[in-house]
Amino acid sequence: MKRGTMEQKERKKYIRDLILVGALLIAALLVLLVIRNRQERKTGTDAVVTVRTADGDAVYPLNKDGVFSLNGGTNTLVIENGEAWVSEANCPDKVCMGMGKISKNGEFIACLPNQVIIVVEGGEESPVDGRT
Amino acid sequence: MKTQKLTVMALTTAIALVLSFIESQIPAFVAVPGVKMGLANIAIVYALYRLGWKEAALISLIRVVLVSLLFGSAASFLYSLAGAVLSLLGMALLKKTGKFTEIVVSVAGGVLHNIGQIAMASIILETDALRYYLPFLLVSGILAGVVIGLISGILIRRIHLS
Repeated sequence: MKRGTMEQKERKKYIRDLILVGALLIAALLVLLVIRNRQERKTGTDAVVTVRTADGDAVYPLNKDGVFSLNGGTNTLVIENGEAWVSEANCPDKVCMGMGKISKNGEFIACLPNQVIIVVEGGEESPVDGRT
Repeated sequence: MKTQKLTVMALTTAIALVLSFIESQIPAFVAVPGVKMGLANIAIVYALYRLGWKEAALISLIRVVLVSLLFGSAASFLYSLAGAVLSLLGMALLKKTGKFTEIVVSVAGGVLHNIGQIAMASIILETDALRYYLPFLLVSGILAGVVIGLISGILIRRIHLS
């Protein structure tokens, strides 16, 4: 008898927890959607690609095609037709190469093993933030 | 420390290590770094419930050190360490309230692990660019946490090693 009520209580706790987690998930998805939407509207024509490495930042205009060696050669950045991507990386997982092409404000590629972050920054605000 | 407890802890650590290895062999579902299942957290959650928070903390720490030595780098050690510490703190506190099941505890663990890593990476790289990254990791951390929590719950109830 006692065992039965215990189990029922457990089950109730489980269901309540799943609802709680479901609500959290929906909230997180909403945040993600809102951020995505804002990104698409904010991209300006004079957007730049900011590359942050352990040695400092570098800025490349997104409207100028080119191939750049980053961070002393650990990663290769390609800019073409207003899109930027990583074509080469010496890290074992190559996640940064799989992250695809970025072109919208706030989109980024990260290569954590090499400590490289590549972010698109739109035209509205000053693209260079003084920190070098 | 009793021999039996020591043995169970060693076994749990070994399982956590194997799970980390298996996870490193699975190709990423989504091409966003940091989006992971967190399989090793099954062992940590199990230890948290069956052995206690100090034991779980020790197992987690040993796992982070060994994984970094075996498959990682100095940078990945710092990221993992920050994630593991924050994750364990959150899980231990939530468990202590006694109000939640392993699901919420493990979801908090997954999400906090991601937040800890991002925070450490932001400090090391001196950048705030990673904030763009957080919403992805929140969603993935919640999803992975539910799965890990369900698996851990079954193991906690069925396997009595100590």
